[in-house]
Amino acid sequence: MIKIDVDMNKCQHYGQCVFEAPEVFQLNADDKLEYVAEAPDEMLADLEAAADVCPMQAITITRA
Amino acid sequence: MTDAPLLIVGAAMAGLRTAESARRAGYAGPIEFLGAEAHAPYNRPPLSKELLQTEGHGHDEVAFPIRSALEQDVTWTLGRAAASLDAERRVVTDEAGDEHPYRALVIATGLRPKPLPIPDHGLTGIHVLRTLDDAVGLRSALRSGANVVILGSGFVGCEIAATAAKNGCAVSVVTQSAVPLERALGPELGGEVRRRHEAHGVRFFTRDGLFGLVGDPGVERVILTSGVMLECDVLVVAVGSDPNTEWLDGSGLDVSDGVLVDGGLRAVGDDGVVRSDVFAVGDVARYPNPLFDDVARRVEHWNLPTETGKRAGQLIAAHLAGADCEPLAAAGFAPLPSFWSDQYDMHLLAFGMTYLADRRELVAGSLDDECVVEYHRGDALVGVCGIGMRSLVQSYRSRFTVPTAAV
Repeated sequence: MIKIDVDMNKCQHYGQCVFEAPEVFQLNADDKLEYVAEAPDEMLADLEAAADVCPMQAITITRA
Repeated sequence: MTDAPLLIVGAAMAGLRTAESARRAGYAGPIEFLGAEAHAPYNRPPLSKELLQTEGHGHDEVAFPIRSALEQDVTWTLGRAAASLDAERRVVTDEAGDEHPYRALVIATGLRPKPLPIPDHGLTGIHVLRTLDDAVGLRSALRSGANVVILGSGFVGCEIAATAAKNGCAVSVVTQSAVPLERALGPELGGEVRRRHEAHGVRFFTRDGLFGLVGDPGVERVILTSGVMLECDVLVVAVGSDPNTEWLDGSGLDVSDGVLVDGGLRAVGDDGVVRSDVFAVGDVARYPNPLFDDVARRVEHWNLPTETGKRAGQLIAAHLAGADCEPLAAAGFAPLPSFWSDQYDMHLLAFGMTYLADRRELVAGSLDDECVVEYHRGDALVGVCGIGMRSLVQSYRSRFTVPTAAV
């Protein structure tokens, strides 16, 4: 499994990650980021891409 | 020379993403970074915002994590600028005279701020903002009560103005434009940005410029071309950037405005011939984007170093594996620029190339609250920008497509 952690003190809810990994990241009705904390290994490339495009570099991806 | 590395000149985001992508695409050989800055790659957007207002923040707060793929067989030569390229011998010589041979070369030397457009007479108190060291130096100058004059009203100038105003500085913005962000966003949103800055006490001197400086040894006053004189403890020069390509003079590459590359990020010579072993990525690269037209441009938006690096890494891995790169290169490269800016409680988010527009249309909300503005050139949507309303702005991404009729 891959563990996903978003530093919500850094996150500015730009939603760039949503485009890279919509299964994990979403903007809710108030334009705030919501995400699931675990994902299968085969999503690693998408999740790294999501971490890469975060302007605030708030996303940490670790392989559990 | 089969043991020579993939040499990446420029140790910032674009170079890092290129190396990661080459590894991901199967290149397991040596990689060398040669970087002019003393720091390992870091994220630049916070330099004009969080890092500029938070005492004690430094490289640790903005450094990119180095992924495990880059822990093996990677050499970092930092604090050493490249001085010249001999593309025939496949060697880069650095400023100390040391030679760096390569199997494939990535040019990722980025930009530097344009200097003060008038003589500075050696005065202190004059700043630019591009690097971490620039930001740390500027931060200590932006103390409460300081008179800060910012030359230029692009994103960097506007973000510094907002941070300085929050820090309690007396801020003046001097710009040749009629409104801030005029070229990027047009007069309507630009006018709204001005209004929001003025609500925080920032003064604007538009259609104006810098005529002279007064002070000794530090700048004390600036004189504008309009004749206005402003008290000035800190002068920030934010009037755009120039590509770092002087080291490529005489290399045979087309560096007339950044490094011209093809759709595979491969450098084009001044003879028009594509170099299969030299790539350029990030802010220094000039390339056509079929989402918009066939004009090669340098585009300075944050996501493009990543997009160009990922793309170049794929071709580099194929080239170094001896594979035919032409099908990959012919697949086209059409990254959607995305950019954003935080100033006070205003969050701008945009996609596309808004400054290509000849027509703008407010399609949702109102300028003085939250809104979305579309940017059109002729019949084509070329950009979208919102204040807030991010879900709506995000929904435009799928509307930027390569015209199927394009050949």
